[in-house]
Amino acid sequence: MNSTLGYGLVLSGLMCAAFAAVVGLVTGMARRENALPWVQRAMYGFAASMIGANLVMVKALLEHDFSVKYVAQVGSRSTPTIFTIVSLWSALEGSILFWGAIMAGYLFAFTWIYRREHGRYMQLSLGVMAAVATFFAFLIAGPANPWTAIPHPAMDGPGPNPLLQNHVLMIIHPPMLYLGYVGMTVPFGIAAGALLRGELGDAWMVPLRRWTLVPWLFLSIGIILGGWWAYAVLGWGGYWAWDPVENASFMPWLTSTAFLHSTMVLERKKSLKLWTLALALGGFVLTIIGTFMTRSGVFNSVHSFTQSAIGPTFLVFIAAVLVFSVVLLASRGHLLVAETHLETVVSREGSMLLNNLVFAALTFVVLLGTVYPLATEALFAKKITVGEPYFNQMALPLGLAMLFLMGVGPMLPWGVADTKVLRSQAMIPAVAGLVVVGLCVAAGYRGFMPLLAFGLAGFATTTTLRELLLPARQRMAEQKEDLMTAVFRSATRARRRFGGYVVHLGIVAIVVAIAASSAYKVHVTGTLKRGEKLTLNQDYAVRFDGLENGREPNREWIAANVTVLGPNGAESVHHGLDGPRMNYYERSNDPIGSPLVNARVFRDVYVSVLAFDSKSGSASFNAWLFPLVGWIWYAIPILVLGTLIALWPQRKEKASESEASPDRAVAQGS
Amino acid sequence: MKASLKGPLMALGALAVAGAALAFIAFSNIGDNLVYYWSPGEMLTQGAKAYGPTIRLGGLVAPGSIQWNAGHTELRFKVADSDQPTATTVEVLCDQVPPQMFREKIGVVVEGTFDQSKVFKTSRLMVNHSNEYKPPKDDKEFKDMMKNMSMGDAPQQAKR
Repeated sequence: MNSTLGYGLVLSGLMCAAFAAVVGLVTGMARRENALPWVQRAMYGFAASMIGANLVMVKALLEHDFSVKYVAQVGSRSTPTIFTIVSLWSALEGSILFWGAIMAGYLFAFTWIYRREHGRYMQLSLGVMAAVATFFAFLIAGPANPWTAIPHPAMDGPGPNPLLQNHVLMIIHPPMLYLGYVGMTVPFGIAAGALLRGELGDAWMVPLRRWTLVPWLFLSIGIILGGWWAYAVLGWGGYWAWDPVENASFMPWLTSTAFLHSTMVLERKKSLKLWTLALALGGFVLTIIGTFMTRSGVFNSVHSFTQSAIGPTFLVFIAAVLVFSVVLLASRGHLLVAETHLETVVSREGSMLLNNLVFAALTFVVLLGTVYPLATEALFAKKITVGEPYFNQMALPLGLAMLFLMGVGPMLPWGVADTKVLRSQAMIPAVAGLVVVGLCVAAGYRGFMPLLAFGLAGFATTTTLRELLLPARQRMAEQKEDLMTAVFRSATRARRRFGGYVVHLGIVAIVVAIAASSAYKVHVTGTLKRGEKLTLNQDYAVRFDGLENGREPNREWIAANVTVLGPNGAESVHHGLDGPRMNYYERSNDPIGSPLVNARVFRDVYVSVLAFDSKSGSASFNAWLFPLVGWIWYAIPILVLGTLIALWPQRKEKASESEASPDRAVAQGS
Repeated sequence: MKASLKGPLMALGALAVAGAALAFIAFSNIGDNLVYYWSPGEMLTQGAKAYGPTIRLGGLVAPGSIQWNAGHTELRFKVADSDQPTATTVEVLCDQVPPQMFREKIGVVVEGTFDQSKVFKTSRLMVNHSNEYKPPKDDKEFKDMMKNMSMGDAPQQAKR
């Protein structure tokens, strides 16, 4: 019953998407705008079908309907309800179905919000998005069909992958990443629609920017939460390993971040047009490649599901999207000629250009390191991996260059800068950076790279804070407003600017946290008997208080009770479920470890139990002290706040004013 | 400092040089940081080429080969190509505590170096996590372990 209904809904979604793609693209190219309502209806039909199909799957999971193939694969009566729902995205078929639901949400929102606007591009853009939707609906209906009916269903199933049941972050990390990945379909559709139409109006750039910012935010959150999950669950004492799948999510983040900057140059100086659109298209291609890497099993990692049949289908789709993008850019390139030229690098647009080059360079470096092993295996049948040092050595200088530009860019004016003004402007931030370095040295921190990172962070923070607060200070002086009102009013008057700088502060926090936690971490390992201690440094140690075990409905566990000893005799006790432990899930032979993360604002003590010997009562530990590491994830709210400020709609009268002004075209096609 | 970029040709030239430099640095750097992924048989056929570079050696822990030194700080075992008794093996010396899952016949990947002594030295031992769900055939073993624990010297505490 569930399987018939679910599969029917998927087929209906597939038909709606295919209809919208064909009608949208055909009538759009013929410029027959009266067909738009039909495209819109088909989009709503796709959205309703896909969300319906997902609801049916959730229902089947909750009912433990083991006659549905996917439920038989991941369901279990002993799994807690929350993880039963989460198992919707805990294996390949379900995750692609869930992907369809997110696609449905985005396409519905986009179609609905602009239902009466931008008619000249809408059919083409919706058509392109619908073509992508058709591909995913086809995947769900064919190679990754979760609905196959099982004639003689079992009474119980194995339950979702134990690793995924082990932490609450697993509930939010995948949806966030999917929201980021899938959302890139929308800017791809917007940009492709404009190129197909042969026009690039200013008005159409607004949705392009905003609809890149939304998936950008989700992608940022998804990446950080993924790192946090790896840190809190996997127990190897790190959050990022340049794993192909991590890289796959990082590359579209880099290109879309570059896009968000280059689009400002396009808006202000009417240049970098081809580049900006290439970034919009390329970001989508990278997300599809990323999806392929995650879902096809070409890489062996914590993310890979078992080998599946979707690989070849995906490769065909990637090739099609790539060819389409290149042909589109090449055939419309003559429309994308810059109207102004760069006068000097020492300008806002110059710094943005450099920023884009650095982002492009980093994308290249990551892409090279990620596909190099695949290429050598395919060409020379040699199995190799690219070591982490390659990525670290390459990313470090590029990251520092970004940090430097983040400090310099905001103080440079558009056009030609007055050198004298510039020098006096740079003074305070430069001094602030040096003071930070001095304080770090005085506090006993050594090492060129981390100190350089902290200095640049101080420099960038000072510039950013000044840019954030200067307008407010002027208001306080001129309008006699108090600080809060002035900050609020100046922020509302230039939301994108203000929001962007808030995001910059979050990024600086992340960079500092990465630098400090990797340069100054302490790692010790050892086997302890009850009562023995593992010393981290003069302040911190970990004491082993004995083993303990327990049972929950879906697992049994053995914990190594420990006490984290801090400075001045501070003790924090972590016993039982709160301690580092091994979890034994039903029907899974191997135990899954859970590390202890004793998190404080400025440092984490991290303990994972490697092994224990129940006869002698001893246990072996890996313990780390990570300074500031938590700020990588504590920065998420800052990123969210900044992005929301930038996205918040301008006041109505202003919006209608800009709409009333004729579509001043950036590029006009015939 | 007024580096005015006159004409698109010069800008393109600068870009090409920068791109080439980046590609050169990236490729030479990647060459220095390659990690070879070999099975014991593959590694041994490399001969002297296998001496020196970082290698990930993947295979199964040969039955009966796990040995600890007296202080329980050094672990020696053999990694085999397959679970056949005749399979090619390589002796591994590990100074890390292996994960709890480590046992005979389990898939492992060790990262380290190999040399003339024919002993693979590693400080990084990874156990292949099987994401496949098998029937709980080791259940009895596990239950015994839990039972031993509650009777042994480890205190059985109430769930907090």
